[in-house]
Amino acid sequence: MTEVNNDGSFAPVVAGSALGVDAPAPVTPKNLPHRGGEPNPSVDAMRRQFGAAVRRVDVVWGETTVVIDPARVHDVIRWLHDNPLERYDYLSDITAVEFRDLEQPLELVWHLRSLPYRRFLRVKALIARGAPLEVPTVWDIYKGADWLERECYDMFGIRFIGHPDLRRLLMWEQYAEGFPLRKDFPLRGRFSRSEQLRQALAANPEARYSKDELSIAEAFEDLPADMRRRLTTGERTGE
Amino acid sequence: MATTKRTVEVELSTSGLDAQGRPQRVPLAVDEGGNVVTMEAPPGIEPDLSGEHMLINLGPQHPATHGVLRLVLELDGETVVRCIPHVGYLHCGFEKIGEYRQYNQIIPWTDREDYLNSPGNNVAFALGAERLFGIEITERCKVLRVIACELSRIISHLVWLGTTCIDIGAFTPFLWAFQQREEVYEMLEMWIGARLTTSLTRVGGMGADIPDGFLEKLSAFVRGFPKVVDEIDRVITRNGIWVGRTVGLGVMSPEEAVNYGLSGPMVRASGVAYDLRKDFPYLDYETYDFEVPVGTNGDVYDRFLVRMEELRQSTRILDQAMKRLPDGPVNVDDHRVILPPKSKATSDMESMIHHFKQVMEGPRPPIGESYVAVESPKGEKGYYMVSDGSSKPVRWRIRPPSFVNLSAIPRMVEGHLLSDVIAINASIDIVMGEIDR
Amino acid sequence: MGLSPRPESRLVETTSNEPWITTKLDAFVNWGRKNSLWPMPFGTACCAIEFMATAASKYDLARFGMERQAFSPRQADLLICAGRVPFKLAPVLRRIWQQMPQPKWCISMGACASTGGMFDNYAVVQGIDSIIPVDVYVPGCPPRPEGLLYGIMMLQKKVENERSSDKSLRNEMEPDPETQLYIPPSVIDEVSEPFGNSIHQTRSGL
Repeated sequence: MTEVNNDGSFAPVVAGSALGVDAPAPVTPKNLPHRGGEPNPSVDAMRRQFGAAVRRVDVVWGETTVVIDPARVHDVIRWLHDNPLERYDYLSDITAVEFRDLEQPLELVWHLRSLPYRRFLRVKALIARGAPLEVPTVWDIYKGADWLERECYDMFGIRFIGHPDLRRLLMWEQYAEGFPLRKDFPLRGRFSRSEQLRQALAANPEARYSKDELSIAEAFEDLPADMRRRLTTGERTGE
Repeated sequence: MATTKRTVEVELSTSGLDAQGRPQRVPLAVDEGGNVVTMEAPPGIEPDLSGEHMLINLGPQHPATHGVLRLVLELDGETVVRCIPHVGYLHCGFEKIGEYRQYNQIIPWTDREDYLNSPGNNVAFALGAERLFGIEITERCKVLRVIACELSRIISHLVWLGTTCIDIGAFTPFLWAFQQREEVYEMLEMWIGARLTTSLTRVGGMGADIPDGFLEKLSAFVRGFPKVVDEIDRVITRNGIWVGRTVGLGVMSPEEAVNYGLSGPMVRASGVAYDLRKDFPYLDYETYDFEVPVGTNGDVYDRFLVRMEELRQSTRILDQAMKRLPDGPVNVDDHRVILPPKSKATSDMESMIHHFKQVMEGPRPPIGESYVAVESPKGEKGYYMVSDGSSKPVRWRIRPPSFVNLSAIPRMVEGHLLSDVIAINASIDIVMGEIDR
Repeated sequence: MGLSPRPESRLVETTSNEPWITTKLDAFVNWGRKNSLWPMPFGTACCAIEFMATAASKYDLARFGMERQAFSPRQADLLICAGRVPFKLAPVLRRIWQQMPQPKWCISMGACASTGGMFDNYAVVQGIDSIIPVDVYVPGCPPRPEGLLYGIMMLQKKVENERSSDKSLRNEMEPDPETQLYIPPSVIDEVSEPFGNSIHQTRSGL
């Protein structure tokens, strides 16, 4: 919360605020071991809370990775966000990793930070080959997940169940070649260069409106009440 | 009156009126026989709005979108009711090609994604790769990298400053800012040979040590630069037009800023004191004496003030770094990652073999993964690398700060005027190369 | 090949049948055109920043008459494509080129615009000359401001050598109607192979 002190001065939200004034100042990590370092303190709490859903914990180069059951992703991340002793309020990144070795599962990775506790945690969910590429969304927990999940969909074909608007972000919406970052997608694409050019030029740049934009008039009802009031009374902002 | 030869008789297949009884523009075309025929409007281009709101398209080619960003805006008069950004017009497959390049070969790629912060990106990548390899760099290299990062922060903020001033209407600060950039370009060119896309670092060290005369030039810059910042400050910070066009726009509260994943000056202007250099330090930043500006309101004006102050703080860090630069080797003494000097590689057999092995195959890290995030001028810039033991990464992920910052633009822009959209977009400080990769 | 005939690139002999008044008029018109080219910077990536540096005080494009940068294609003479062009941006570039009125020229600035540069992958057009006709290619990654200025001066020489008697110069050079491309698809595929650009050393002779 942004606090304003009694004398009216402004108190910023400070990272590390939950650690107390005696906590040591953060230092640059040095001489990190390859494996077997000190795990993130949240790991024990997660194990107590979720038991078998926490499949594996690795500490590689000082970074803690927790591998969890894909079906429990939303619960775990919601708990990490809401629990007052964990407070992972910041989502850094959502991405996926596909290995060249076909035996290995596809890994989905969430990078979470707790600003009050100054912690970093990597949460992974493994999807075996042949299993449907679906995971629950975390958009309802972190608004920043919106585009990160759309990009994962665009590049890997992973569907995030519950995402409000899962469509391609970086490639154009009628892109026919596939999902570029998959390992079976060749570097130069599946079609020849001239065919790629032809397909790209055939896509009318103005016709790629989303269903959102076409139904924009109906969206007026969904706007927040104060904005609707401002627009109807003709009040102007920002002047 | 007699009709002229230009009059064309056309029988329209539609009544010429739309559902509300207003005249509708029917597109016409001429077929092979020279007859005028009506054309069907291509589907999806003309949505049937209820008539009150106007749908306009800003970009992708537009001077004020800072790159190829396309914003579809629904306007009620001048007020933006809805904003839908479209990105991907600069998507060039960086992450895909990273899987086909050795670690040192990826460094030129890091220059080109956030091309305003090339040295900073090089440093960030090298830190990530060194963590993946398990290498500790030398003290001299650390200080040189701090110098590179802060110079990079300065030049990135100067571009932001120049282009934001142009967007809001002031042309002169752009020229002043770019003149200062030229000073830094000369230093970078002296150091590594390139002005913009530097490829400054290597895994385990730097591409080159600083030449003679570099520190003199740097200290002259550090002395002269604050005066230029003061001059720009005098011209715009209290300027009525500037204040009127930036105060109160695009406000993000601290909780929202954190929830949207904003980073860098965007989140600090909203009142969250979070800077990776202080909270998750790297390159011994905890040993430097500097302050991190934090705003109060989270509007465009606060972001401007935060970045102006960061320019001054960066100069302060540069001054300290220059004074504490230790002597010693700049590259780590490990023949598996660092190329031998050319004179030895062409004369000494062992060095030649090391050179050959490194160039042909490339250094191979152990199996593992690393995520290192640095405070780039735009925010939290992270490189996530996964290694399977071979010389090319299995996955190279760029965590782009501008990408996540830009995703909040609908939230910031709705309810403001069209000209405010430009100011708010400028305040996010986006680089499309980083967003689209 | 299905393309409209290219303008004659050989030098016009001075002993041609053109009357002296036409050559004087040409010289005057071309002098005006070359010294007041209004560039439209179609800037996408790093080259756009070097373009901005060229336009700034130290290298100063204004002394070439390029003071007024046209951001609307309708008001521009010269399209400077600065930066890499991915496939998603290709129809946009084509549309912008079509919106420019004659006389118009194009400079492809940088390695990525000329040949795809270091981006030999699924996403990037391997040279914009398959989408729009290019007059001058400026190599570099990014080209130094002096390099861009050299390219601009080369274009100025090209403009200087134009003759109004050559009517085809101001024809809108249309792509092949069937493929919608300026270079035949087989040639594009051959040149875009891995190392295709080094086997086929020059693209201007296509």
